[in-house]
Amino acid sequence: MRSLRNRLFVVVCVLATGVAAVVLVVLLGAVLYKGWDHLTIGLLTNAPSRRASEAGLKPAIVGSIYLFIICAVVAIPIGVGAAILMEEFPPRGRVMRALHRLVQLNITNLAGVPSIVYGIIGLTIFANMSMFPGLGTSLSPRYAMGVTWYDEFYDEAGNLLRVRTDRRDAPATVVTNGMTATLVTDTGVQETITVRVMPIEAIDALHDDEQDPSRQKLAGVLSPDAEPQRVSEKAWYYVQLPFGRGVLAGGLTLMLVVLPIIITVTQEALRAVPNTLREGALACGATRWQMVWKMTLPAAVQGIMTGSILAMSRAIGEAAPVLILCGIVYISFLPANLMDDFTVMPLQIYNWASRPQEAFHGVAAAGIIVLLVVLLSFNALAIFIRQKFNKPLS
Amino acid sequence: MRTIREQRSRLKLLSIVAVVALGTLAGNTVYAQNLRGNVVVDGSSTVYPITEAVAEEFRKEQPNVRVTVGISGTGGGFKRFAIGETDISNASRPIKATELAATHENNIAFIELPIAYDGLSIVVNRENIWCKSLTIEQLRSIYIEGSTVKSWRDLDPSYPDIPIKLYGPGADSGTFDYFREVVIRDGNVRSDMSPSEDDNVLVTGVAGDRGAIGFFGCAYYFENKDKLNVVAIDGGKGPVAPSPETIENGTYAPLSRPLFIYVNARSARKPQVRAFVTFYLKHAAKLADEVGYVRLPSEVYARAERNFDQMKTGTYYLDETGNPIEGPVSEVYK
Repeated sequence: MRSLRNRLFVVVCVLATGVAAVVLVVLLGAVLYKGWDHLTIGLLTNAPSRRASEAGLKPAIVGSIYLFIICAVVAIPIGVGAAILMEEFPPRGRVMRALHRLVQLNITNLAGVPSIVYGIIGLTIFANMSMFPGLGTSLSPRYAMGVTWYDEFYDEAGNLLRVRTDRRDAPATVVTNGMTATLVTDTGVQETITVRVMPIEAIDALHDDEQDPSRQKLAGVLSPDAEPQRVSEKAWYYVQLPFGRGVLAGGLTLMLVVLPIIITVTQEALRAVPNTLREGALACGATRWQMVWKMTLPAAVQGIMTGSILAMSRAIGEAAPVLILCGIVYISFLPANLMDDFTVMPLQIYNWASRPQEAFHGVAAAGIIVLLVVLLSFNALAIFIRQKFNKPLS
Repeated sequence: MRTIREQRSRLKLLSIVAVVALGTLAGNTVYAQNLRGNVVVDGSSTVYPITEAVAEEFRKEQPNVRVTVGISGTGGGFKRFAIGETDISNASRPIKATELAATHENNIAFIELPIAYDGLSIVVNRENIWCKSLTIEQLRSIYIEGSTVKSWRDLDPSYPDIPIKLYGPGADSGTFDYFREVVIRDGNVRSDMSPSEDDNVLVTGVAGDRGAIGFFGCAYYFENKDKLNVVAIDGGKGPVAPSPETIENGTYAPLSRPLFIYVNARSARKPQVRAFVTFYLKHAAKLADEVGYVRLPSEVYARAERNFDQMKTGTYYLDETGNPIEGPVSEVYK
């Protein structure tokens, strides 16, 4: 009877593992089958398109990688640090112990909060910074660094002219005859020219000039009522407060999603380190900091890395918080700075999968394959780092 | 002064269009490629494919203009539009009185531009050969809360006794809103309807269930004609099935609706936004067809272009007291 039960238990265990494996194989098989034909170079190098055959993921891949890096760089140190505090520096005194328990309870609960909630939190505290009304809005931020402002005119020949201004809210440039401006060609070449202001009648006459079809005579000519458009040129290190709906806000929002997971797994890993190690270190005269840095952290690094990999995998697969935060699906450029617009792979895949055309479902499947490859390569990198730092206890 | 200035800007616009046309012919792209700046679009995911197509084509003409298109939904898009965060809002329904009030509060004027039709298709299973057409009243009796129609026979004694299963989009979608407004009018939709935010799930659901009936955007029916049967709708003038022709000429009534873009009037003064919207209206008909929607009558596009050129702000779909104005787009939109 006892051995029968034992047998039964083994069968149940095998079945449970089998179901998981079969589901995984079926899922991967279905995705590969559907997506294989659409797995082209164009998928990696093109921007989104209305034609399934030309649709690509390039901005989304770059956006996802940006978010992944920002999220990892911020979330792992904070998460591990918080876990060390919770585990290695146990509080003394009743008040502190109660506080410790409260924080612990909150962290455990936060790990189960739906990610869309974090999207709303991220929008409020990172993108809009609504808690500091003095900062202005994300469109007219109070503090900005790495930005130059221009007034843009289009002259009567259609060239782009720029006049520099000091601030975003500086008064609009008034057109004067003989003022200098920078002419920007479509290739980005800039040259300084002198502006001529002509009466509207004279301009109209030149517009009607049949002898000059490309309107060369109108180059550098502005009408007296020409209205400028205030534009900005942002450097790669451009930073503003509030952050706006850019890459940085996205990465920090994903940090909120993964932070509770990283803290919890790191705590588990630290708890698994035998206490004898700590006692030994302290007995040899180490400070608590030396004990943590030299003994417990190296012993726990394997578990911490594994947990962080799982947490980061979740981050890169999240669509809901990003949808709340930026919601952009069509974008043809890559983020040029940390405040710039972006999109991520899951959002793009979600959009393709809900399109009516069958071909887009194939592209969505191909997108999933790319997402898996990106994910697995990051995981491989993390595993490599883990092995590098791994030290046997004995 | 104001009128002169506006005339001038219109004149300029005309000359831009002329230069663009010349440029593409003669290979001279002085003006054509020189615009810079951002165009921020957000809103309905139903309208998204059309705007995406326009943005994609526009990029070939103006590679330095950065266009982004989001899918926050019609309501979510209007929220951002009303605080000036976006230049253009995609909408699968006209603006509501509350949303209009929000734009007034922030001193935002807008130009309303219809860009395509979307038809609502009522579909049944491929094996359902008995139900070829339904009146709006019959449709209402199926979908309304507290309905006594449990089987197809309850609808018509000549139909077989097969339980009727309901499918439809989730309550957050503009499609659901439109169906409730036009078909149910007062009352709610039955709670035992199987909802899904993903219309492809509805296609699969109806295709796999003999007694099923469902509704969703026409594009999903056009793409799945071999899996589903469509039900012709009798709006009082005899049954009409949805097709690009019946939707465009207005005979597929009342289940076809116009889609819109709303352009912030202040943004419309920016050259890159102006160029984008002008390009949009010029190519909307062809691109809407291409992504599975139906083009509007050409006179509606002409009116939209005229309204945009004249910067005519406000909505045609609300009267002074904020009540919605209904009717075919060719009659309401002047």
